[in-house]
Amino acid sequence: MPFIPHTEKDTQEMLKTIGADSIADLFDEIPAELMIEHLHHVPDALSEMEISRLMRERAKLDGTPMCFIGAGAYEHHIPTAVWDISTRGEFYSAYTPYQAEASQGTLQTIYEYQTMMTELTGLAVSNASLYDGASALAEASLMAVRSNRRVKTGRILLAPGVNPVYEQVAAAICGAQGLTFERLPRDSMSGNINFEQLSDGREPVAVVLQQPSFAGTLDDVDRLTNWAHAQGALVLAVVNPISLALLKPPGQWGEQGADIACGEGQPLGVPLSSGGPYFGFMTCKQKHVRQMPGRIVGRTTDLDGKPGFVLTLQAREQHIRRSKATSNICTNQGLMVTAATIYMSLLGYEGLVSIANASHANTTALVDGLCSINGVERLFDGPFFHEVALKLDRPVAPLLDRLAERDILGGFDLTSYAGADALLVCVTETKTAQDIETYIAAFADVMAASNVKSG
Amino acid sequence: MINLTGGDLIFDKSRTGRRAFAQAPAEVSPSAIPKSMLRTDKPRLPEASELQTVRHFTRLSQMNFSIDTQFYPLGSCTMKYNPRACNALAMLPEFAGRHPLGPVSHGQGFLSCMYELQEMLKDVTGMKGVSLTPMAGAQGELAGVAMIKAYHEARGDHERIEIICPDAAHGTNPATATMCACVVREVPTGPEGDIDFNALKSAVGPKTAGIMLTNPSTLGVFERRIKEVADLVHDAGGLLYYDGANLNAILGKVRPGDMKFDVIHMNLHKTFSTPHGGGGPGSGAVGVNDRLLPFMPIPIVGKSDAAPQGHVAPQGHVAPQYDWLVEEDFPQSIGRLSGFMGNSGVLLRAYVYMRMLGRAGMRRVSEYATLNANYLAARLQAAGFELAFPTRRASHEFIVTLKREAKSVNLTAMDIAKALLDKNYHAPTTYFPLLVPECLLIEPTETESKETLDNFVTAMIEIATAAKEEGVDFKGAPYGMPVRRLDDVKAARQLDLAYRPDET
Repeated sequence: MPFIPHTEKDTQEMLKTIGADSIADLFDEIPAELMIEHLHHVPDALSEMEISRLMRERAKLDGTPMCFIGAGAYEHHIPTAVWDISTRGEFYSAYTPYQAEASQGTLQTIYEYQTMMTELTGLAVSNASLYDGASALAEASLMAVRSNRRVKTGRILLAPGVNPVYEQVAAAICGAQGLTFERLPRDSMSGNINFEQLSDGREPVAVVLQQPSFAGTLDDVDRLTNWAHAQGALVLAVVNPISLALLKPPGQWGEQGADIACGEGQPLGVPLSSGGPYFGFMTCKQKHVRQMPGRIVGRTTDLDGKPGFVLTLQAREQHIRRSKATSNICTNQGLMVTAATIYMSLLGYEGLVSIANASHANTTALVDGLCSINGVERLFDGPFFHEVALKLDRPVAPLLDRLAERDILGGFDLTSYAGADALLVCVTETKTAQDIETYIAAFADVMAASNVKSG
Repeated sequence: MINLTGGDLIFDKSRTGRRAFAQAPAEVSPSAIPKSMLRTDKPRLPEASELQTVRHFTRLSQMNFSIDTQFYPLGSCTMKYNPRACNALAMLPEFAGRHPLGPVSHGQGFLSCMYELQEMLKDVTGMKGVSLTPMAGAQGELAGVAMIKAYHEARGDHERIEIICPDAAHGTNPATATMCACVVREVPTGPEGDIDFNALKSAVGPKTAGIMLTNPSTLGVFERRIKEVADLVHDAGGLLYYDGANLNAILGKVRPGDMKFDVIHMNLHKTFSTPHGGGGPGSGAVGVNDRLLPFMPIPIVGKSDAAPQGHVAPQGHVAPQYDWLVEEDFPQSIGRLSGFMGNSGVLLRAYVYMRMLGRAGMRRVSEYATLNANYLAARLQAAGFELAFPTRRASHEFIVTLKREAKSVNLTAMDIAKALLDKNYHAPTTYFPLLVPECLLIEPTETESKETLDNFVTAMIEIATAAKEEGVDFKGAPYGMPVRRLDDVKAARQLDLAYRPDET
């Protein structure tokens, strides 16, 4: 029997000890009319050899196209050691470290992770992670409402650069609690906030700034942070952790710094894997720590005075506070955090800088090449990190289909976000000069072969 | 077990200029980003070699208990064996490297697995629709209660804001209800572990949005009057939510849909053996009956016989049959709960596991999980331990209460938990459910052998005997772990949440 060790002799001896005649007797408290005999849509079992063949066949259908899509998930080289160690059974098959003495490996790893995230974001405190970047913004929004007691509106203002899916997710998770999400005006040239049209007096509880923005631009986060604080709002920063090797960390934005930072942790050693499992990170200023959702690990001492690690501030959490908890969240994304901690340890700050610089240089090369093709130009001016929006003179979707036929995933169709035919491209350190030339040549081809009007 | 000194952090290995040079790309010239936007400080990340990093985290891993190294009878958590193939096949390069926004032309393999997973989960739960996107049990709960609310509101029934929870419920249940802006009404448990039916009768009414139930309950017993409970709640206009925490107990035997539940979440990391990973990722797929179908969270995977319009199969690829169902397909959806499609890699692992179990294997899961729990309960009872519900059949888990031992020899649930660690067993769940004093919630799972269970009983007897007959005091236990009992109060009062050598 797959994964069940019982011999027939074991089963009989166990039933005898219980005083039951058969395994069926063990279900005798369940009303008989509820019991079923068969499952009709679960196929017969496959051996490991058979399922391996099936999965390899299916994997082949998906292929390994050359990917220039970003839009919230980014392809980076993952050192072999990251998942070799993360999938050691001692990490992979352990659970939430409730028994601290028998979980020091997981707990210390989280403590080191928390340290690294506070360093990267320039804020004092980190939790042990949340589900993903989008849901982390939802939790940050709820946290802002708890922390900012001066403002009662539940109104959250979003800079134009905030990922539209993050807004959808935040609204789905927090909507019931009366939070509303409104967009700040966008400047059509820069793609960033339009300071001219910014009006005071809306009493936002928080303002959300994403840097780099969803469309790849870099906003004036210092000015925006100061404006938000002047409105009495907390500043929530949504950031890409790799970009923080180069960009000013949220804790240093404006005069006082952002209050809470969160984002998608996937770029730190987690495979793309069709969207998950990833992890959301969250850091904040010290004064907000008691409003933070999720697990937090602290260092303390044991009976002998020796340092050790425990889950702490548990009075915030659902298993203690029940209906009065800061969140219903019960887990973190422990395995992904383990991977990210190993990833950051291997790369170090200098390594992250070289990845960020290489990604930026590659993106610059691709954009220069694509913009030399007739009908392609940048949608927004201004600086960027590793993602750029391009304006095309024809519909984007058919071009992407043609590129996909050549096993090139040419980018994210930005048309509905931009309100114009637009494409968002991203290049990381994983692409060579040859890859970039291949893409530019293919793009020129499919442009030449397509009709401007119909695509 | 490895005994590291607790102060040995990865940061202690840092030396300026050291790193894993094979892992970073060659240097290129600095970016063209304006100086005012750049960071000026140097964050303190480790500066360690590849070997130092590998050795550090390998040694840290050895300071953990895990299913792969120890029996882990943690009640309510279903710590069963995680087959290695599930991980290896989910991490095939094509799956691991697939971008979530990649076209369906380059995703038919992945999507076909997701579609079939939805179909299998519908079958084992008896529900009409499944959405895989919730990223953990707690998010599945959120989705479930949000759907219940959306259902009532779509009918103009705005007064229904009360969610009924038994007092034995997981903490996530009331916390979820609060996140959905509902009011929690708690109902007590009767003496034999069933819900107090009369109390429930007086709790339901025109304000009832629904009830959240785990069945078998967190007390390790099956709710025998479930059909009456369902009728009572439905007659009052409320809906029934099934917390799938204990689905392992009834897999292939009884289906929540047949018990008339309207919405359920499953913990794929429990029942379907995806890794617990030191506290996540989880995966909390939801299933619904007909009336909640329109409200499911998106995206969902659909299948059509013809290729969807506008999609072209690249050379060597089959015509796309599987596609995403999104806002246009589910205009009444409660929305999106994750950036993409939930913990998709976890879903692949669950898919592989289910295919390896197959139809007959599903039933064997609940049969042998129940056999193991009842056997362990019978042996511990015979050894003198008190069961919380001795007149009841155990489900896949059961409760031992140490209230007698706590009084007579000062042996508490905490003490026995820590003493078990020294005997190389992970502790059962302690002090949950809250309503049983000094409780151990024990769940052996179906993947443990009779020998393991027998050895565990021996360890339990040795601990109890030492306390009763030799007066051994376990307040100092554990002794053989990397650390001894840790000071939780100090941890909360003198917060040390990140390494800051400059500040100490």
